[in-house]
Amino acid sequence: MIIEEQQRHAQRRPDPDVTLPVIGPSQTFSIVTEQISSVPLRRKMPLLWQITFGIGLLLVFVLLISATYLFGKGVGIFGIQIPVAWGFAITNFVWWIGIGHAGTLISAFLLLLNQSWRNSINRFAEAMTIFAVACAGMFPLLHLGRPWLFYWILPYPNTMTVQPQFRSPLVWDVFAVSTYATVSVVFWYLGMIPDLAALRDQSTSRLKYAFYGVLCWGWRGGSRHWRLHESASLLLAGLATPLVLSVHTVVSFDFTIAILPGWHSTIFPPYFVAGAIYSGFAMVLVLALPIRAVFGLHNLITERHINNCAKLMLATGLILAYAYLIEPFTAWYGGSQFEIYAFHNRAFGPYAWAFWLVIACNVAIPQLLWIPRIRISPKPLFVISLAVLYGMWLERYMIIITSLHRDYVPSAWFNFTATIWDNAILFGSIGLFITLFALFVRFLPMISMYEVRTLLPFSAPDGRSEK
Amino acid sequence: MTENPIYGIVAEFADPGLLVAAVAAVHSRGYRKVETYTPYPIHEVEEILEPGPERRLPRLVLAGGILGTLTAWGMQYYIAAIDYPLNIGGRPLNSWPAFIVIMFELTILFASLTAFFGMLGLCGLPLPHHPLFNLRRFALCSKNRFFLCVEAADPLFEVLEVADLLAGLDPLEVSEVYED
Repeated sequence: MIIEEQQRHAQRRPDPDVTLPVIGPSQTFSIVTEQISSVPLRRKMPLLWQITFGIGLLLVFVLLISATYLFGKGVGIFGIQIPVAWGFAITNFVWWIGIGHAGTLISAFLLLLNQSWRNSINRFAEAMTIFAVACAGMFPLLHLGRPWLFYWILPYPNTMTVQPQFRSPLVWDVFAVSTYATVSVVFWYLGMIPDLAALRDQSTSRLKYAFYGVLCWGWRGGSRHWRLHESASLLLAGLATPLVLSVHTVVSFDFTIAILPGWHSTIFPPYFVAGAIYSGFAMVLVLALPIRAVFGLHNLITERHINNCAKLMLATGLILAYAYLIEPFTAWYGGSQFEIYAFHNRAFGPYAWAFWLVIACNVAIPQLLWIPRIRISPKPLFVISLAVLYGMWLERYMIIITSLHRDYVPSAWFNFTATIWDNAILFGSIGLFITLFALFVRFLPMISMYEVRTLLPFSAPDGRSEK
Repeated sequence: MTENPIYGIVAEFADPGLLVAAVAAVHSRGYRKVETYTPYPIHEVEEILEPGPERRLPRLVLAGGILGTLTAWGMQYYIAAIDYPLNIGGRPLNSWPAFIVIMFELTILFASLTAFFGMLGLCGLPLPHHPLFNLRRFALCSKNRFFLCVEAADPLFEVLEVADLLAGLDPLEVSEVYED
C-alpha cells in the first residue's frame, strides 16, 4: 500500500505557483502518521531533548526557590523602588504575552486566510502561545505585594462589600489575559482531538490507549463530526483573531492611560501588537529550527515555512521600526518639554545602552532577512531570532524603566538596578517555558496530523491534494 | 455469530475517490443512515450526506456571544452603579465606554466556550465506547483508510443486500459490526 501511494505521488507535477514546497517529496498518509505519532508513542527521546529538559527543570527549581523567597520577604528583594515601581516583573509579563501572539496568529488568522502552509507548524505554535501565556500570567501575581490576595481583582460577592474598579485598565488586563489563555487552550485542544484519537489508535500499551482515549473524548472521525469540527475551528479562528489583536492593545492600555511621558501615547496599541507578533515569530523560529533538526522533520517543516516566518518577522519588524521613528517625532511635534525630555533621556540618558541595543537588535540586525539565502539558512536565522527576542525584552525594559526613573520632580529621580532575584525569576520563567514545551513534545502530537494529511497528493477524491 | 444485535455493515476503502463513489452509490439506493469515517475531512462526502452549510453551531455561538456581552455589561453596571458606586472625578457611574473592553472580552470568551462545548454536544461526545471500536481494523480510520458504514437503523437495511452492494464497490474488506 505504501509503495503504491508513493508511486502515485511520483507522478505528481510541481505546482508552478509555489516556489518552495509545503511538504517534502514522497510522503504518504501512513508515513506522516507514523512519523509524528512515533514521538509521543514509541521513541526514546534524543539526547538533545534530555539535555534541554534537564536545563529547563533546573531553571524551574531556580524559579521555585526565588518565588518562595519572594513570598517570604516581599517585593523588596527586587530592584524596584518608588518611582520605579514596575521593574522586571512587568517587563517579563509584557514580553511573554507578546511571544504568545504569533501562535494565535498562525493558527487563527492564517486559517481564515486559507494559508495551508500553516498546517504543519500551527500545533506547536499554539502550544508556544499557551506556555508563554502561562509564564506571563505568573508575573503580575508575583509582583503583587500580597500575592495570596490576588483574587481581590475578580468581581465576587464578598464580606468586605468592595468590588473591582472597572474603569481601570489593570482590571481590563485581568479579563483580557484570562480570556486569551482560555480561548487559546480551547482552540489548541479542539484541533488536537482528531490527533489524540490517532494516537489512541496507534497506541502500543493499555495505559497509552486509556490516556489518549480519554483525552480524545471518543473521537471517531465521522463525516458529521468533521463537519462540526471544521465549523467550530473556523468559528474559533474568527473569534481568536480580534482577540489576539485586543490582548496586547489592552496590555498597552496599562501604559497609555497613565499620564507619564513616554507612555501616554496613542500609537501604543498598534506598536505593541506589531512588537508582540514580531517577538512571537522569533520564538516560533527558535523552537521550530531545533525541533526539525532533532526529530528529522525536514519533510514537514520545510524551507517554505521558515522562509515565510522570516518574511513575517521582517514585515512586523518594519512596522515596529516605524513606531520607533514616530514616537520621538510626536514628542518633538507636540512640544511638551516633559515628552521631549523623556525621549532625549531614553536615547542619551543613563539607559542609553538599552535604547541603542534595542535599535541594533530589533531594527538593524533583522534587515539581514532581506537576503533570501539567510531566510532559509537555519543557523543565521536562529541567531537573528534570538537577537530579536532579546531586543524585544529590552524594549519593554526600556519603555518601563526610562519613563519611570525620571519623575516630574527631580528630587524623586531614581535609577533602577536589577537584583539577582530579578534575574533569577526571569530565567526561572524561561526554564518553565522550556520544561512545559519539552513535555508537550514528549506527550502530545506536535504537528497536526489530520491537517498535514490534507496537504498530501491524492488526499482529495479526484487525486489532487485537498488543500 | 454473536447474539448481539447488528449495528451496521462497514466497508473499508483504500482511497478517498473510491469512498466518495461508494457514498454516492449507497445514497442513490435510498439509504440514509450512512456515515463515513475518514482520517481527515472530505468535503465531497459531506456534500452528499448532508448538503448545505452547518447552521446549528454558528447560531449557538452567536447566542453565546450575545449572552457574554450582556453578562459583562450587566455585571459592570450592577457593580459600578448599584452595588459599589464610586465617584471617580465626577464621571457618571454607568460610564459605559470604560466597560467596552470587558464586554468585548466576555463576548469572545462565552462564544468560544460555546463553540467548543457546542461542537462536542452536537457530536454526541464524549462517548468512550462505540460499536465500531469492536472492529479491529477500524483503528486505521485515523491513519490511512476510509470507512463507510450503513447502519442497521436504516429502514431499508437488509444484511445481505447491503453487504452485496458494498462488496461491489471495490472495498478492501466488508464486515458486520455488532452492538455490545
